[in-house]
Amino acid sequence: MAITSLSTSSLVSGVKRRRVWDQLATTDGFFQIATTTLASTAASIEFTSIPQTYTHLQIRGILRSSSIDAVKIQFNSDTGSNYSYHYLYGNGSAVGSSAGTSTSSGAGLWSMGAPNATSTFGICIYDILDYRDTNKYKTIRGLDGFDANGSGGVEIISSNWRSTSAITSVKLSPNTGGVTFQQYSSFALYGTKG
Amino acid sequence: MAATYTPIASITLGTATATVTFSSIPQTYTDLILVGSLNTTASLDYSFRLNSDTTAIYSTTRLTGNGSAASSARLTNYTLGYINALSGATGQHSFIFNLMNYTNTTTYKSALVRYDNSATETMVRVHLYRSTSAISTISIQTDSSTFVTGSTFNLYGIQAGNA
Repeated sequence: MAITSLSTSSLVSGVKRRRVWDQLATTDGFFQIATTTLASTAASIEFTSIPQTYTHLQIRGILRSSSIDAVKIQFNSDTGSNYSYHYLYGNGSAVGSSAGTSTSSGAGLWSMGAPNATSTFGICIYDILDYRDTNKYKTIRGLDGFDANGSGGVEIISSNWRSTSAITSVKLSPNTGGVTFQQYSSFALYGTKG
Repeated sequence: MAATYTPIASITLGTATATVTFSSIPQTYTDLILVGSLNTTASLDYSFRLNSDTTAIYSTTRLTGNGSAASSARLTNYTLGYINALSGATGQHSFIFNLMNYTNTTTYKSALVRYDNSATETMVRVHLYRSTSAISTISIQTDSSTFVTGSTFNLYGIQAGNA
């Protein structure tokens, strides 16, 4: 564990509140938190015990599912009707937009997976803003999509979780029961400071 | 906790250039992010290639808004991956190119791109490169003409991990 600060009060008699920087620790930036890569199929991926020391979170992932489906995000194991979302998508020929209000099972993010080619994965980048702010509801913005050389789509999304609770866990799962994430699907959680 | 989002290389064009290449990319990160801020004086399209591969294994789906309409289109079995639209445009361009799991030799490579030309359009793209090879070279090239002097291209690496 790196030394992040060192008080010299015990080293220099009569001097307090002086600190020495170890020239390694940083206070601002983009930090690793956790990564999950599936060795076999799974019904969901969850990050728990998220440190409450960052400003924002970002999830970056590659994912493949047993059939084309949406990804849903749930926070703090909340399955109540506390989520809403909007999205704008393009599927290679048409564009569309939709919304959901008071959704009961998550944020309903569209577009995931490419089950028609075993090496082809959908990808996503989701930002969870002010995740530990207890004075506001939580907002997600995302960019995701998959291309399978003749099918697929790309979208931008926003979503809201109407809770002022600090987020301590994030669960991602296919929107449809019985659909699973496939082997090698991988999600990485990062935190930003500053 | 380990900090990441690490600068790998930075290119600022001292002269007008048609192709910019990042080679010998370290294989120590999970994702790559390439940020471009550039000007063009002629209407042109530009694109990327990975590992200097010119075979027809690139495809993309895009979503575009041009101020009056939204549209979506797809290209399949291409020899490169377009970053902007086929219509091309002059002026100030910017893009953020996210290449995911670029060292993974099990999966094909996918990328998400945010592209903007403040004068003409805003766009998101998803790309597929149907190769399981690790990526060690990224080049950005124009179809015609050049990127002008002062255009910048910055490459970053993000490393996943467990704190």
